Amino acid sequence: MAAHTSQSVAKAAGDGVENDAAARGRSRRTDSGNTRGLRRALATHWYAWAMIAPVVLVLGVIIGWPLVRGVYLSLTDANERNVARTIGARHIDATYEFVGLDNYTAVLGDPVFLQRLVWTVMWTVACVSITFTLGLVLANMLNRDFRGRAAYRMALILPWAVPGFVSVFAWRFLFNRDNGILNKILDGGGIAAIPWLDDPTWAKFSVVAVNVWLGVPFMMVALLGGLQSIPGELYEAAEMDGASAWQRFRHITLPGLRAVSMTVILLSTIWTFNMFPVIFLLTRGGPGDSTEILVTQAFREAFVSSPRDFAGSATWGVLILALLMIFALVYRRSLRKQGEVW
Amino acid sequence: MTTRTRGARAPLASVGLHLTLLGASVIAVFPVLWILLTSLKPAEHAITTDFVKDPTLGNYEYLLESSHFLSWFANSVLVAGVTTVLGVFIAATTGYAVSRFKFPGMKPLMWTLLITQMFPMAILIVPLYNLMGDLGLLNQPLGLIITYLTIAVPFCAWMMKGFFDTIPVEIDESGRVDGLNPFGTFWRLILPLAKPGLAVTGFYAFITAWGEVAYASAFMVGEENLTLAGGLQTFVTQYTSNWGAMSAASVLIAIPAAIFFVFAQRHLVAGMTAGATKG
Repeated sequence: MAAHTSQSVAKAAGDGVENDAAARGRSRRTDSGNTRGLRRALATHWYAWAMIAPVVLVLGVIIGWPLVRGVYLSLTDANERNVARTIGARHIDATYEFVGLDNYTAVLGDPVFLQRLVWTVMWTVACVSITFTLGLVLANMLNRDFRGRAAYRMALILPWAVPGFVSVFAWRFLFNRDNGILNKILDGGGIAAIPWLDDPTWAKFSVVAVNVWLGVPFMMVALLGGLQSIPGELYEAAEMDGASAWQRFRHITLPGLRAVSMTVILLSTIWTFNMFPVIFLLTRGGPGDSTEILVTQAFREAFVSSPRDFAGSATWGVLILALLMIFALVYRRSLRKQGEVW
Repeated sequence: MTTRTRGARAPLASVGLHLTLLGASVIAVFPVLWILLTSLKPAEHAITTDFVKDPTLGNYEYLLESSHFLSWFANSVLVAGVTTVLGVFIAATTGYAVSRFKFPGMKPLMWTLLITQMFPMAILIVPLYNLMGDLGLLNQPLGLIITYLTIAVPFCAWMMKGFFDTIPVEIDESGRVDGLNPFGTFWRLILPLAKPGLAVTGFYAFITAWGEVAYASAFMVGEENLTLAGGLQTFVTQYTSNWGAMSAASVLIAIPAAIFFVFAQRHLVAGMTAGATKG
C-alpha cells in the first residue's frame, strides 16, 4: 500500500496544479465542457469522495487549521501576556504582533538549539539501534523450538502491555537515589549509590535504558513476525550446502527481514525523536537541561517556563516538523536507491 | 524454521539460550513485579527492599477513598472511550475508500494521513491550547477528546485501510452484482467482515489516548479534572513522594490495559506493519 503513497508529494501536488490550471484554461474557453468533465468526475468518484469527506473535514479543521496557526504564531511575538484571553467576564483582545522570522533567527542563533539537536539525535540513534539489536537477538532466540518458549515470550512482551507513563513512574521509583531498589542492590554488593537521575551523564544513560526497555517488545514481536514469514526450506537448503549459522543469518535472515526492519526502524525513529513521556516524566529534562530533547523543549517554552512563550514554542514545533520531514524524505530516497519498493 | 528438529544443538548453547532469555525476562518483568509488590506494602514500608512484609490493601484504600483517583479514572475512560468511538466511526469509510477506489485526491490524502502520524505534538499543542482556551474547552474532557482526534483519526484511517486490504475484492464485486451500491457493500458486507480489524484499531486508539501525557498535562489542571496520566504525576512531585499510592494507582491503571493487550497484541503488530510491508 505504501507503494501508492510513495509516489512523491511533489509529483502528486504537481499533478493537482496542472489539472487545476488545465481546468481553468478550459473553463475560460468552453464553460460547458468543464462542467461536463466535472459532472463526469463527480458521477464516477462521488462515492469515494463522500466516504473520505468526514476525515478530510476533521483533518482540515483540527489539524490543518491549527497547523497554519502554529506556523503563523511562530512568526509573531505571542506569549501568555498578549494573547486573547478571558479573565472572569472580561475579554481581552490579542495584542501580539507579526515579527517575521525573528523567532527563527533567535532560536537558530542560540547555541541551545544545537545542544538540543545533538542530544536528540544521539538519544534517537542510541535508543533505536540498541532496541533494534536487542529485539533482533531476542526474536531470533524465540524463533527456535524449545521448551518454555511461550512463557519467555509472554514475559518479554510484558513491558509493552503496561501503559508507558505507568512504566516510567515505576522506573523513577527503581532509580530513586536513596530508596530505589537498584541502589539498594548495588549497596548489597558494596557499590556506592549511583545518582541515576541526578547526574547529567547517568540521567542520559537512564532515559535511554528506560526507553529501550519500553521499545524492545514491539521490535521483538514485529521481527518475530518477519522471521516466521521466511520459508524454512531456505535454511534447509543452506544447511545442505554447508552454510554456517552466521552465514545463514547474514544471507537468509537479514535479507528476509528487510521489509519489516525498514518499517520498524522508520517507525521507532520517529517515535523516539518525539518521545515526550519518557523524558518529561523521568527527568523533566533535567538535571539542569541535560536530557531535554527538542519536543520537551518546545513543551517547556509554552507550558513550564514563565512567561509562557507561545511563539517560541511554535517555532521549535515548526523546526521539529521540518527536521522530521527532511529525515523521512532522505530515508525514503536512500531506500529507493537500494531498489526497495517502499 | 520451527518445524525443523535441531537435535544437534549443543547442551552448552541450550544453557546459554535459556540463561539469556531468563535474564531478559527478569529485566522485563521485574519493574512491573516490584511495583505490584510495593503497592501491597504498608505506606511506611514502601521504600524497603523486603519482598512483602505485612501485606496490606491500605494503599488501595487510600487511593479509592482519599484521593481523586476515581475521578481521574472516570475522566480517562470518558476521554479515551469517546475518542476511540469517534475516531473509528469517522475513519472507517475513509479506510475503505482508499483501500478500494482509485480517485483524484487519493494520493495527497494518503500522504497526509502518513505525515500527520509523525507530527510531533509540539507543532499543534500551542495552537490547540489557544483554540481550546478561546472556546472555553480547557479543563474539559471535550477539549481533550477533540485534541486526541488529531492523533486518532489519521491513525485509524491508516490502520483500517490495512485491514480492508486483507478482505478479498471479490466480496465487493459479488455485492455489486447483487445490486448494492458502494455504501451498501461497505455497510452490509465489508464492515461485518472487518469487525476484528475495527476492534484492534479501536483498541489501539484507546490505549494511545489512555497513555497520552503531553496534551493531558498541558490542558487539564485542577486535581479532579486530571486524567490518569496527569493524576499519577501528583503522587510523586518535587516535594512529595507517595510511592505507596503511586504503585497502587499504577497497578489499577495497568491491569485493564494489560488484559486487553494480551489478546490483541498479535493483531496489533500485523496491523501496524501491514501498511508499510505489503507493497
